[in-house]
Amino acid sequence: MRILVCISNVPDTTTKVKFSTDNTSFDDGGVQWIINPWDELALTRAMELKEDASNGVSNVTVVTVGPASVEPTLRKALAIGADDAIRVDGSSNDAHYVASQIAAVAGKGDFGIILCGIESSDYNGSAVGGMLSEIMNVPSVSAISGLTMNGEEVTITRDIDGGKEEVSVPTPFVGIVQKGIAKEPRIAAMRGIMMARKKPLQVEAVVDAEALTEYQEFAMPEPKAPCKMVDADKVKELVHLLQNEAKVL
Amino acid sequence: MSVLVYTENWDGKFKKLSYELVSYAKAVAGMTGGTVTALSIGNVDQDELSSLGAYGASSVLSVAGLPEGLDNQLYSQSIAAAMEKTGAKVLVLANNNTGKALAPRLSVKLKAGLASGVTAVPESVDPLVVSKKVFSGKAFGKVKVLSGSAILTLAQNSYEINEDGGSASVEAFDPGVDAAAAQTNIKDVQKQTGKLLLNDADVVISGGRGMKSGDNWAPIEELADVLGGATACSRPVSDEGWRPHGEHTGQTGKIIAPNLYMAFGISGAIQHLAGVSSSKCIVAVNTDKDAPIFESADYGIVGDALKVLPELISEIKAAKAL
Repeated sequence: MRILVCISNVPDTTTKVKFSTDNTSFDDGGVQWIINPWDELALTRAMELKEDASNGVSNVTVVTVGPASVEPTLRKALAIGADDAIRVDGSSNDAHYVASQIAAVAGKGDFGIILCGIESSDYNGSAVGGMLSEIMNVPSVSAISGLTMNGEEVTITRDIDGGKEEVSVPTPFVGIVQKGIAKEPRIAAMRGIMMARKKPLQVEAVVDAEALTEYQEFAMPEPKAPCKMVDADKVKELVHLLQNEAKVL
Repeated sequence: MSVLVYTENWDGKFKKLSYELVSYAKAVAGMTGGTVTALSIGNVDQDELSSLGAYGASSVLSVAGLPEGLDNQLYSQSIAAAMEKTGAKVLVLANNNTGKALAPRLSVKLKAGLASGVTAVPESVDPLVVSKKVFSGKAFGKVKVLSGSAILTLAQNSYEINEDGGSASVEAFDPGVDAAAAQTNIKDVQKQTGKLLLNDADVVISGGRGMKSGDNWAPIEELADVLGGATACSRPVSDEGWRPHGEHTGQTGKIIAPNLYMAFGISGAIQHLAGVSSSKCIVAVNTDKDAPIFESADYGIVGDALKVLPELISEIKAAKAL
């Protein structure tokens, strides 16, 4: 079975977010780019599944939609262990446009499992995975915190409000993963980084697709009032403030 | 412009989340004098269904006969059928696990632009422009929906419940889907019982590395008990295995917005703050006076969480006893 992992190229999660002077776009000056944390966990799990030969995973491919400048992030994914990478040469903040591009790639590849992170840490859309499944007309399972294989049979643990469910769906399907799917994201070793340079990275042209949304403007949250400090030996005063000033007790 | 709102029930009862959603849908519909239809899937009794009227629904469509466990295709087909029946131009869902599973499928099915994690009513409806959190709450973005209809998922605890409506008419609705076609085979369900869920809690007591060991959690749990709250933790704590992953709050964990969030021994890495910064009141206790948590907190104590906690518990007990 072949696995496809969808990768989003996002600013490092420690980035101090800034926008252009007219507030219409993200200011990427000095930003470090990373694999979206949930996608990184999905990739880590895909590699674990491939390494256990009894699962019969023959290949792990990563795909992203973006300009040439996102290729270092795809190389990182190859260094972590993906066999090959595909970059769709387009650029959009709209999830429907992005999902349509990935669907075109996924439709050509005979993938049994397609994994996406549950959201990206930049625009927090939580949309591409679900849209992809609907465009491809295949089942989707969301909020996945565990995925195991027994031959071709896939068993999924998904989070529901107040608990967990164990489910299975026929392949191919889109798995939308969250924390828990892998314990920690895998870090590329030097050997992986060397090998990644030689692995195939294919560039595909965009297909026609509709954008259903666009960002008009961005804003920073209102600055908040400074923290009121209370002495460590005056805990009673804190309780008084919480009760009478904040009125939260 | 009429609005359809997808409500969720737990064992036949609606929770705060559903009331928030209906109240929000009412405000959106009210911008153009439209009405709200609520859609409910599952076994919910008549009184419970019509109670949604109080929050602004004028009618409720009730779907029975679908599998109880979520099958994304069947559920999204059913919601799409309700959109068609009502002619609604806006669909509202929660930005939780269920909403995140269904909204994107519906966006494709209905060719309706999706704005997820919205925090306020749209600033205009034609075109629909609405504000949402981006960069995990570090900023806001205004999304313009380019399609004729729109899907909005509402960030939890971001909209005040409004209870000034009447009672809603209830109608059984057959979405015309084949329940036997469900692709999701549910093998096992494990539900926590009797424990307040992190996302539902008005008070959250959270511990970080400053708690020094997973064995030191008793006062965190006691304080949560005293205040009727839930417990949470920072990422290093769940990574160390001191606490379960389900308690991890932060950018890659749970995003919460309780009335009161108390952080003990949490320095406040930017990723942690992204998960809690929408809390109405943040209290921080940390030994490092320069810890970033104090920039986001409303009240702070520079001190050892393990020493402050017992004293805080007894002072709160004393204050509540008055």
